[in-house]
Amino acid sequence: MAMDLKSIPALADVEPVRSTKTPLHLEYEYTAGEASSRFLRAMKDKRITGQRCPVCQKVYVPPRGACPTDGVPTTDEVELGHQGTVTTYCIVNVQFYGSVMQVPYCSALVLVDGSDIPIFGLVQDEGFSVDDVRMGLRVEAVWAPDEDLTTSLENILYWRPTGDPDADYESYKEHV
Amino acid sequence: MSDDILRAPLIIEYPFARTLGPAQTAFFTGLREGIILGAKGAAGQVIVPPVEYDPLTGEALEELVEVGQAGEVTTWAWVAEPGDKHVLDHPFAFALIKLDGADQPLLHVVDAGDESAMSTGMRVQVRWKDEREGHINDIEAFVPEEVSA
Repeated sequence: MAMDLKSIPALADVEPVRSTKTPLHLEYEYTAGEASSRFLRAMKDKRITGQRCPVCQKVYVPPRGACPTDGVPTTDEVELGHQGTVTTYCIVNVQFYGSVMQVPYCSALVLVDGSDIPIFGLVQDEGFSVDDVRMGLRVEAVWAPDEDLTTSLENILYWRPTGDPDADYESYKEHV
Repeated sequence: MSDDILRAPLIIEYPFARTLGPAQTAFFTGLREGIILGAKGAAGQVIVPPVEYDPLTGEALEELVEVGQAGEVTTWAWVAEPGDKHVLDHPFAFALIKLDGADQPLLHVVDAGDESAMSTGMRVQVRWKDEREGHINDIEAFVPEEVSA
């Protein structure tokens, strides 16, 4: 016999409290740093820039200013194209708290042409079903209207399939 | 150089909720109804807030006990500069309060006005919130006990 509210006369006929809210709220001031600040300012001009490691030659986007493998500054800035390849993806079917997205939608990692690190984005287009997303899908950036451009990765609203043939797995297998 | 560095607020919020289980359901339901409950431990001691299992023997506890709404401060710490997450916006004390009829103290706040009004062993009583929902903050604070003549 477990604890029984009815053993307390004042609680015999009331609705029990069965759950409690324990919200968490954390306030930070995020400092982008030199490399990411340059990247975000370029984003405002509808440019995608990365930085190349002088040792391993890998191009990082967004750049962090140093190569995590070789531990050297990545000073060589590289302007990248606006097309890329879906290396992996997730179709979201659950409406989670705080999300403004309509389900189902597709989150993907897009390897921008000329870079070695995929970046996160949405894959969609008018008349395009998330069922058609696949590894190797070729996509291009869809930018926010010029007046809405800001120093944010959100300038790329989503990635739209180009209609080109899929990328060969060999071409991106190092980046999956 | 530093003018080129971008900064932005980053606010992270998690709307956690959790179920309470039988002991805390009893405790929080009691708070909403304006009473404070404990559990009777295996050795007959009264534990507030109630726990489901005896902390020494591990036995399942079954008996709920209503305790008093006043008690004794067993230890305390003065908070001279409350933060924005604290429930009171003016200086207060965090205190362990052994309620009448309880054998273990409860952690809560004492709204004493000034640090000089605080002392170990002082008597305090509950100040309830007007609108209660079944939450620890249904007890707005403990206040120094009014001594009736």
